[in-house]
Amino acid sequence: MVVEVIIFVFAALGALAGGLGVVASRLPVRNALSLLLVLGSLAVTYLLLAAQFIAVLQVIVYAGAIVVLFLFVVMLLHRQLGAMSPDRLRWQGPVAIGLSAAFLILMLLTLRFATNAAAPAPAEFGTVESVGRALFTSFALPFEVASVILLVGIIAAVVIGRPASRPVAAPPRSSAPSPVGAPRR
Amino acid sequence: MIEIAIVAVKSALLLFILLTACAYMTLLERRLLGKFQVRYGPNRVGPFGLLQPLADGLKLVFKESFMPAHVDVIVYWLAPAISMVTALFVYAVIPFGPEVMLFGQRVPLRLADVNVGILLVLATSSVGVYGIILGGWSSNNKYSLLGSLRSSAQLISYELALGLAVISVVLTAGSLSLVSIVEAQRRVWFVALQPLGFLIFLIAAVAETNRAPFDLPEAEQELIAGYQTEYGGFKFAMFYIGEYVAIVTMSALLTTLFWGGWWGPVLPGPVWFVLKTLAFVFVFIWLRATLPRVRHDQLMALGWKVLIPLGLLNLVVTAVIVVLRGT
Amino acid sequence: MPKVLLDWFYVAVFAVVGTLMAVLPLVVVWLLAPRADLPQKTITYESGVIPFGQAWAQFNVRYYLFALVFVVFDVEVIYLYPWAVVFRQLGTFAFAEMLLFLLVLLVGLAYAWRKGALEWV
Repeated sequence: MVVEVIIFVFAALGALAGGLGVVASRLPVRNALSLLLVLGSLAVTYLLLAAQFIAVLQVIVYAGAIVVLFLFVVMLLHRQLGAMSPDRLRWQGPVAIGLSAAFLILMLLTLRFATNAAAPAPAEFGTVESVGRALFTSFALPFEVASVILLVGIIAAVVIGRPASRPVAAPPRSSAPSPVGAPRR
Repeated sequence: MIEIAIVAVKSALLLFILLTACAYMTLLERRLLGKFQVRYGPNRVGPFGLLQPLADGLKLVFKESFMPAHVDVIVYWLAPAISMVTALFVYAVIPFGPEVMLFGQRVPLRLADVNVGILLVLATSSVGVYGIILGGWSSNNKYSLLGSLRSSAQLISYELALGLAVISVVLTAGSLSLVSIVEAQRRVWFVALQPLGFLIFLIAAVAETNRAPFDLPEAEQELIAGYQTEYGGFKFAMFYIGEYVAIVTMSALLTTLFWGGWWGPVLPGPVWFVLKTLAFVFVFIWLRATLPRVRHDQLMALGWKVLIPLGLLNLVVTAVIVVLRGT
Repeated sequence: MPKVLLDWFYVAVFAVVGTLMAVLPLVVVWLLAPRADLPQKTITYESGVIPFGQAWAQFNVRYYLFALVFVVFDVEVIYLYPWAVVFRQLGTFAFAEMLLFLLVLLVGLAYAWRKGALEWV
């Protein structure tokens, strides 16, 4: 029990430090790294909740793919050592503080009214078998819907990322101009 | 507390063996390349050059620890560490042998057996990309940046093919635990059931480790070594260790997933495991000595247009066979 | 500690020891290695000439495009792992489910291919 508490404290501190880093640092690459720390700490927390599959999934999808994408974007857009762009939203700060305060209150309320009955996880809980069984029986429809969402994601990625000039090897298409106007990069 | 101490000692021992093996792998590679190219290779330091890795290590430790101007200091130091630690981390879940009786106790020849073993390996290697991206980004050097971009694009492209090959194995074995996957190969090794999966995994593994013929990120002639250009001394050594550990990792995974892990006649399990792993390490070196480097468009086309469709096909065929045999 | 977490605990100890093995040599090297900082020495390497411009030249947008497509397919592949594990128990139904899932995604791959998103130019 004690070991779990110690690990949890470390994970929580890591998540907090990472969260602070995400908002505090002015270098986008360091922001992305801080986000990585947050995600890693969350994965440890999932592990403590015995959700091992979710924990590893968190690392593969978020740390292994999404933050890499963030880094690519940062490197693409900001030439000066990934420095922050000058045109920031003026109302961003106050709104962020307001929303954070609201979220904090929500969390405190949840804690206040939570029934303090934590049962130990059943033996099978969190294994890939139990997740799979649930996903492919009870949640079959959401699973199929997810495939359609992913398809939308691919199409969006292709449309957004299309370069201004047509690739040579690609077959000629109908003459419709690209819907987003394919901004010059 | 005792428990922690035992595991820590076990881990340290394992890591020590691993690092020594990697040091000697550099020697093996240089000697073999020498043989391939009809020359000697390093043979002066100790008998057969056996002390060469030691000399190299000492040299790298006492090299000047310089840092180029305008680097992002934290990230610059962090990158090689990420590279090395993630490469080593994988060995927590790779089984080296079956349970053996030692001093009257059952000792499993592995550190841990987790339910999602192979996923943990993939997750770790996907985090390993950061070492390369950040190393190239923080160096403030054009070659480094280009090398790291190429490398990360290559790594993420072949990760998919690698994953698809692994899923076919998981389908055949019915588990993600590496121990169970090896257990499932008691009768017949998966290379016989999954020949296409094995080929896909092998090609993707070579690409994932940035080895020739897929060594574009480090192409000496165009990129001066890519993301490592501005690294010297021990920081360079850490990248190097990360890379060689990754080769051993991929060899160990090929052994574990497709070539029956520790199973084999006559000799004890761990010996078989080491022998098979060494055989694949040799294949990696052999490929480097034989094949010329591919172009970047060829690389991407191979990954996305050949390996991923083939991987999906292999998966569907495997699933059909499993369904037919099940009913 | 529950039995499930025990193996993960071993993994954590291994990670800590591994990190120490990487960090301690760095400290040792920091203490041992000689240093002689000359301004010329800290110039980044550019084949022997003084570097011009920034390292931060804009690079090919293709990298970004591949990363985007990768994220989507990565999520797809993730779904396949739990499927592969429970496949034997659920049998034909799970097979049909996954076939449908894969078909939809194959459409996506075909679309990206047809639109030239997988070409490297």
